[in-house]
Amino acid sequence: MLGLLFFVFVLAVFLGFELIAKVPSQLHTPLMSGSNAISGITIVGALVAAGQPHGGDFVTVLGTIAVAAAMINVVGGYLVTDRMLAMFKHKDGGAK
Amino acid sequence: MLEKLQPLINYIYIIASVLFVIGLKMMNRAVTARKGNLVSAVGMALAIIATCLLMGMEFRWILVGAVVGSAIGAVSSYAVKMTAMPEMVGIFNGFGGLASMLVSWAELVKWRSMGWEAYARTLDPGGNASAVFAAVAIAFTVVVGAVTFSGSMVAFLKLAEWIPGKPLLFKGQNIVNGLIVLTVVGGIIYFCLDPVSPAAYAVFMVLMVVGLALGITSVIPIGGADMPVVISLLNSYSGIAATTAGFIILNNGLIVAGSLVGASGIILTQIMCKAMNRSLANVLFSGFGAVTESSGTAVKGEVKALSAEDAFYVLEAASSVVFVPGYGMAVAQAQHVVRELGQLLEKNGAEVKYCIHPVAGRMPGHMNVLLAEANVPYEQLVEPGDVNPVIGTVDVAIVIGANDVVNPAAREDKTSPLWGMPIINVDEAKTCIVLKRSMRAGFAGVENPLFFKENTRMLFGDAKASISALVSEFKAE
Repeated sequence: MLGLLFFVFVLAVFLGFELIAKVPSQLHTPLMSGSNAISGITIVGALVAAGQPHGGDFVTVLGTIAVAAAMINVVGGYLVTDRMLAMFKHKDGGAK
Repeated sequence: MLEKLQPLINYIYIIASVLFVIGLKMMNRAVTARKGNLVSAVGMALAIIATCLLMGMEFRWILVGAVVGSAIGAVSSYAVKMTAMPEMVGIFNGFGGLASMLVSWAELVKWRSMGWEAYARTLDPGGNASAVFAAVAIAFTVVVGAVTFSGSMVAFLKLAEWIPGKPLLFKGQNIVNGLIVLTVVGGIIYFCLDPVSPAAYAVFMVLMVVGLALGITSVIPIGGADMPVVISLLNSYSGIAATTAGFIILNNGLIVAGSLVGASGIILTQIMCKAMNRSLANVLFSGFGAVTESSGTAVKGEVKALSAEDAFYVLEAASSVVFVPGYGMAVAQAQHVVRELGQLLEKNGAEVKYCIHPVAGRMPGHMNVLLAEANVPYEQLVEPGDVNPVIGTVDVAIVIGANDVVNPAAREDKTSPLWGMPIINVDEAKTCIVLKRSMRAGFAGVENPLFFKENTRMLFGDAKASISALVSEFKAE
């Protein structure tokens, strides 16, 4: 199980390098803010902490704050990226 | 019903991961980027739904947190000005780090109150969880999450200019950082030996506090011009924190998504460092710009100012013009008038390009976003590598609030701190007009010999006002 997780981890890191290496510089900001939104995936851990009644009230408190923080990251990140990319499309000369 | 769904949940995480990969891939090209972002958002929604389908979830507090967080995220993402984008990205990133930090804290509390046996079953019902492994993951997550959080907050404060953007150095800074790192390493080892002992909980708290301190002390000394590097690095950290959180709760979705972000952040960081010809270590530890008393040889020569009217005559006769924007354009909010001037120049028969240095501004691609906001077609946005070989044929290069990225000392003066940095060679254009508020040095605090060159003219004043004046000259034609 743990071996498999590491395997997945290493492959994902390489995939990440491959995906980003050739991005044109004009897309650096949206890319960064888009991947920033993905890092909000930690919402999964936050939901489990806030939603499962293990470990008492304090866990729920921590989980709830974590859900709020992760949601700011996720919702804000995706919306702001979309807002930027929408501008990239509004070209009088049309898309490339 | 819910019980039957349990085996499906892992598959949903896999689908979500695939959507993240496809989404990022689509964000490689301008035409597909917006859809790519949507694809990745769908992946996130799936991951959230899958988690809500887990057995025994209660939604009261989840709803509270989700509503509050979504509202804050949505409102601020619509309210933010495009010029304030770097600090916005920074602060969102910080909240991701905060969430990871809190998740590791919550997991530790669960573990301590339930005992390992029961806690391990919540991680993996198959009974494959390892206590040592979980402890290491918890310790790493709290540190990386804390560094991401406080580091991003400091970056935010600097970018929003609530605290000075200048590098703040104090004596023995590197010693303090070294001590912090030692404490972290020792703390992690101690914690992992027996994570349920009362002392271990105290050590966990120390790790959190020290992590927060490390985020502050490592970003505080970094100057504004180096912010693109810091922002991409912090982005990478938040991905790493999500990955290690995934190792705590043994969740593939978290591990894949986090690693993608971590890797992409590191690549961006490298690109930024290359664009400044500096190593990452140099950016992080040198407090660049704070030691500028002796930066480079003193520059001799005369500064030649010109009026907006004179600048108009120069531009009217030009058949090729290159704009070189920098952070000053963002500060002056001048992107719209710049585009207007660009269009007037085109109408006048000139070929107009906008040359953007990779580290111009305060985050990677900052200038591209601003000019896109002003409806500059992205075909006109070019990179230094496209312009430099033909810069000799350019009639006028207009530098708007950029300084270090056009400083010829990077080419000419081996003693300059900028030596070796790839720059835009505007000094080799036939005429170079520099828009500048005053004769102050750039963020790096380095003298710029460009201002004293034979073919350089300075147009002093607020960039927006100066450009507007040029625009009205053209319109009065």
